[in-house]
Formats: sequence, C-alpha cells, structure tokens
Amino acid sequence: MKTVNKLKPYESGVVLSVGSSGALRRRIIDMGVTPGAIITMKKVAPFGDPIEINVRGYSLSIRKAEAREIIIEELNKDYIGEKKYDSTKKYKSYKKK
Amino acid sequence: MIQPKNTNLTKKSKTLHKEAILKFSLIGNPNSGKTTLFNQLTGSTQYVGNWPGVTVEKKEGKSKFKKQVMKILDLPGIYSLSPYSPEEIITRNSLINDPPDAIINVVDSTNIERNLYLTTQIAEFGIPIVVALNMIDIFNKKGDTVNIKELERKFGVCVVPISASRGEGLEKLIERALEISKKKVSNYKTKSFYNSEVDYVIKKIENIISDAKHKKLSSTRWGAVKLFEDDQLILKSIKLNKSQFNKINILKNRIKTSKNVDRQVIIADQRYKYICSVCNKVVKKCDREKETFSDRIDKILTHKILAIPIFFFFIFIIFNMTFGSFGEFLKEKVAFFIDEHVTNFFINILVSAKASLWTKSLVLDGIVKGVGAAASFLPQIVILFSLLSILEDSGYMSRCAFIMDKLLRKLGLSGKSFVPLLMGFGCTVPAVMSTRTIENQKDRRLTIFVIPFMSCSAKMPIYALMVPIFFSENQPLIIFLLYLIGVLVAIFSAVVLKKTVAKGESAPFIMELPQYRMPTIKSLFMHVWERVKDFLKRAGTVLLACSIIIWFFESFNFKMQMVESSHESMLAKIAAFISPIFTPCGFGDWRASVALVAGIAAKESVVSTMAVLYNTIDTAELSKVVSNVFSKASAFSFMTFVLLYTPCIAAVSAIRQEFENTKLTFFAVIYQLVVAWVVSAFVFFVCNIFLM
Repeated sequence: MKTVNKLKPYESGVVLSVGSSGALRRRIIDMGVTPGAIITMKKVAPFGDPIEINVRGYSLSIRKAEAREIIIEELNKDYIGEKKYDSTKKYKSYKKK
Repeated sequence: MIQPKNTNLTKKSKTLHKEAILKFSLIGNPNSGKTTLFNQLTGSTQYVGNWPGVTVEKKEGKSKFKKQVMKILDLPGIYSLSPYSPEEIITRNSLINDPPDAIINVVDSTNIERNLYLTTQIAEFGIPIVVALNMIDIFNKKGDTVNIKELERKFGVCVVPISASRGEGLEKLIERALEISKKKVSNYKTKSFYNSEVDYVIKKIENIISDAKHKKLSSTRWGAVKLFEDDQLILKSIKLNKSQFNKINILKNRIKTSKNVDRQVIIADQRYKYICSVCNKVVKKCDREKETFSDRIDKILTHKILAIPIFFFFIFIIFNMTFGSFGEFLKEKVAFFIDEHVTNFFINILVSAKASLWTKSLVLDGIVKGVGAAASFLPQIVILFSLLSILEDSGYMSRCAFIMDKLLRKLGLSGKSFVPLLMGFGCTVPAVMSTRTIENQKDRRLTIFVIPFMSCSAKMPIYALMVPIFFSENQPLIIFLLYLIGVLVAIFSAVVLKKTVAKGESAPFIMELPQYRMPTIKSLFMHVWERVKDFLKRAGTVLLACSIIIWFFESFNFKMQMVESSHESMLAKIAAFISPIFTPCGFGDWRASVALVAGIAAKESVVSTMAVLYNTIDTAELSKVVSNVFSKASAFSFMTFVLLYTPCIAAVSAIRQEFENTKLTFFAVIYQLVVAWVVSAFVFFVCNIFLM
C-alpha cells in the first residue's frame, strides 16, 4: 500500500485511510485529508522534512512521520487540486475489497 | 454607512437603549481575513498578518449601522470546533457561554472547501449565521464564479460575497446579519450533512438529550453530533442518567467503525463529502495554469539548495538596513534634532519661567536627557519593524517555519516555534503570545522559555550606543555576533531543557502555507505605528518615571541635599552593594549596575539611565564618557549581559500569563540572570585575552 510520503513531486493519490491517533489524527482530518480526497505532492523541504502537499486546493505542510500514516492509491495523471476525477468511485472499490 | 463607533458616544447610547446593542462574533479559519474585516467594521487597527494564528485572543470593538449599535467580537481563527488547541477552546467556550446574536462566518472564497468545513460545524449551533464569502475579488479575478443563491439553499445560511480588504459588500453583510439576528430564530433549516444512516442515529440521540435539558447546550443537534463523536467535554457537561447513557451507546454502535474509520472520521468525512458535492455544482472554476504565481515564487524561496542562502540573505539585509549606514544616518539626524532643538526649547522655557536650580536639573538632566537618549534610537527600531512586518505580510514567515522545521526539531522545538522566535527580534511580548499556535504545551513552554534570548528591539539602543564607540570598523559584524550569541544561548538552553525537564515528543507540524501576497503600505504603517505608539507610551510612562527616580537618587544624598557630584549621592551608596557582583564581568562601575536594574522596567531605560548618570549634555558627549568608563572587553561583556538577562516587566508578565505557572516564571527569570552573568563573565575573560 502506498503512503503519502512515498509520492514524488507532482504525483497524486486518492486518500484511502488515515492512521495515527488522537488529537493529531483529528487535526489531519479537520484539515481536509479524508478518505476520497486527492493529495498532490508539491515538494520536500530543503532538509528532507517536512513535505508540502496540495489538498482541496490549498497548500498544507506535514512531516513525513504524519504522511506515512496516510494511505493512498496513486493516480496516473498529475492533478493539482482539480476535481475532474471521480475520486469516490475509486474509494468505493477499495472499500469493497 | 458603517461607522466605526467612538467609545464616548457608545457610552451615551448604551444608557439610552440598553437592549438595543447586538453582538456579532467573527468566526472563520486562520488567515481568512477576520481581523481585516474587524478593523473595517470597527475602525480599529488590530494586528493583521499573512500567517495562520495572528489573532490569539478575542478582541472586541463597536460599530454602528443605521443607528443600530453593534458589538463585534474577533475570535482566533480555527479549523474545527474540536477541543484540542487553545484557540479552538477559546472560540468554542465563547459560543457556548456567551452566545452572540449572530455569527459572521468568514470564509476564504479562494479556499472554499476547507473553509466551509467549519461552516458545517457552526451551522449546527443553532445561532443565526451569515457567511461572509471573503476575498471574492481575488476569486473573481481568476475567472471563477459561484452561485450564491444555490449555496445559500444547500447550506441553509445567508451568504454575502465581500472583500474585506477593499471594504466591498460590508453594508450588505451587516444588513443581513441584523435581519437574521432580529428574527431571533435560527435560519438553519435542519440541513443534514450526513447520510440517512448516520442522520437517523443523530436524530435519535437528539431526542434523548432534549429531555436532559441543559442550559449550556444551545442546540441539541450540535450536542448530539458531539456525543456521537465521543467528545469528552460535552459528555461531562451534559448530565445524563445511566439509561440515557446506555441508550446513546447502543445507538452509536449501530454505525460500524473500524480501527482507521472511527466515528470522528465518519462525521468529518461525510461533512467534506457534502461540501464537495455542493461545490461541484455551485462553484465553476475555469481552467487555469497548474502553476500559480505563488507556486513560482515558492519554487525559488523554498528551493532545495537556494532556500537556506536566501533566508540568510534576507536576515543580512535586515541587519544591514537597521544597523548599517542607513540606520546610523537616521539615528544621527534624530539625535541631532533632540540635542539641538528639544533641549534648547526646554532651556528657553525654563529660563523664561525663572525656574529654580533643581527644577532645571530635573527637566534637563532627568527628563530630556533620559527620554531623549532612548528616543534617538527610534528610527532603527522602526526600520527593523518595517522589515519584519514585510516578511510577515508576504507569507514568507510560514515558509521559514517550513524550511527550518527539521533543524528546530533537532533542538527539541518545532517549525511552528520559528515564527515566534523571529518575532522575538521585534518585541518579546507579542512573540510570547504568538506561541499559542503550538498545540503541544511542552513545546509551547520551551519556546517561550527561549524567546527572551532573541534580542528584542528595545535592547538595540544599547548596541547602537556602544558598538560605534568601541568597534567602529566593523559595526554590523559585532552586532551580528551579539545576536548570534543570543541565538546560540537559546539553542543551548532548548537542548538542555529538552533533555532534562521538558522531555517528550515534539509537537506535530501540520501547518497551512498561505498564498504569497504583496504586503500593503497600509498594513506596514499599521504595524510600525503600533510599535511607535508603544514606544511613545513607554517614553511617557516607564522611561519618564525611571529617569526622574534615577535623577532624584543621584542628585541628592541621604540628608536630602543636592550633591555636587553623583558619587556622593544616595544612589552611589546603594549601588555600591550591587556593583561588586559585576566586577568579574568587567563592569563593576556603580552606574552600569544602576542602568541594568533600571533596564528591568524597560530595556530602553538602560541607555536613558546611563545618559542621566554620566551627566552628559548630548549623545556625542555620552559616547565620550562611555568610552572612558568601559574598555572594548567590558563593553562587549556589558552588551552580552543586556542581551541575555531578564526581559522587561511587560515581557515577564506575558510569560507568566502564557506559562500559567508562577514557579516556572520565577525559574525562567533566575535562569536568565545566571546565564547572563556566566556568559558575560566568560566573554570578558576571553575578550581580555584576545584584545589586550
């Protein structure tokens, strides 16, 4: 299973589930990283951590440790915050599995 | 017209129609423009910046619209109403304990999906709400459109597009807010954001808690959702009996959960799904380039290799502008003005009034000299503040946090500590307050603990006085060295404390990176004026009082006779007890010790006290006297001590307020004194070896 920290710049993925726990997890979810959301990797900070991702049309910075908890399914094309793609379909098919 | 309300008028109208004042709360995501709107509505000049978390306390202001007086409350920006960070709790409690007549929900239209997430939460509160769709001008400029009518229908709230910075749409916003608040009923038509399964359970829970009537619950819907999410604060505040509690548990368990999908996730997920489906229909985004202007700037500023050199380049520019020839030039101009014109002005008045000898001495030796010495450094403070404020408004500060997070984590801090630390170079008080964006208490305390080592702008006059005298060849370098010592001591303290007292994981780093914005002249002026006003206030109060007290004790002896030379004064006798402490640091001179003690009131008074004590006519002469009393080594060690020792009273009280712990504050003060003494003694020792 791929996680967000493994994405390369400009690669995207659909969120399948968010791990972690407690307040930290709640914060990640409140920021819009919920199942079905599309995440695009933007860049890695100069010292290798944290990373900048695009979710729901804005830039969010999280550490790799947190990114490791976000499981995604990679998308082929690079979508930067656009919603042309029906992400729910992919999510539903994941749920059935 | 919306008129900012004059406070005097307000008092009058308050007595005339007491119940007529309506209360509106501004709620929205961080950096969505609440404070800009607040300033527009109330005519006040609260601090605005381009980083999430500028407003950390609630602020109140008054406004008037068509004879209607309104109280406007600016609340800290939040992403959610979960009870995790201090800001969230402040906002939540304010809504529960003191519900406003209407909520003005500020939504950043350029980031509509995430902003509406909060809307779905406060819409359940049962308080009338109007959505202010802010930054609509930028939104429209991109060629995007939004169907307001449809948005209103889908969320069951009023929506008014506005541009707070341009003041557009504000009248309509207030009109709608007044309308909905006067109806006194929620305009929220029980819109459900959840699927039928979850909705059914929540409705059932609503029925149960509506029996357990509880005052603190403004709406059963909100209470039910929070109970469904296992919100501990709500669970405690609602007194449920056992059977009710069990019933709710059975209901909750109807919804299947797993390790990674608990009830909180289900609620959040369904809210976002609802928003997404609405936005897909309502918001029309035109195709645009994938790379925005902000992205392009970011590519350079946070570039893998260039980011660090660019950061240091900016820091270098700030130092050079402030302490280099430009700052020096302005300082000399102001000093000249004070020495020539202000002093002569007072001399003329005193002579024409035939003032007594001691009055003359009080005004000239005490007040003009003391306050004037500090005032001549105001230009440099203004330059430093302007530059910091540009960094802040542009959105670069958040990127600094992003770049520096990894380094700071090695020191036991997080990237979020970076902005407060950088602000510390301006003034310790707002820097300490801005640590509230750090979620983890240990990290917050650790950050506050080391902020005072970031040399604040009030300490600048001392460097600006002494460095040109003793180190005229390489001034910016020496000052940079001083700041570096402060940073190194801060790093050292953080590492030591993290390894001993403040053990534990460092706070998570989940931070929004705002779009770059062009800093506006208006906001720049507001920041700088804030600082100048603060300085003038200090000059008129603390500095003035200090100068008078110092003048009194150094002009009279214990028999209340005016002395010829200050060596015979009360102050000299008292200070003789303290000064030996500083002999190992190289400044055992009694006047230096007095200046340091005065510096606890305000750091500017170190220079003003020295001006009074060395009994000099102007800054030029002060420099001459200082160069006789100090050596290169002792001057450097004196500056090091000033850099590191206890910050001013205002800062200490801000620290106490944020620590919420007197013992810890006391420890911090002692620690700073000890560190300052040890380091400056060491510096004196080393300098003596190299410079002699």
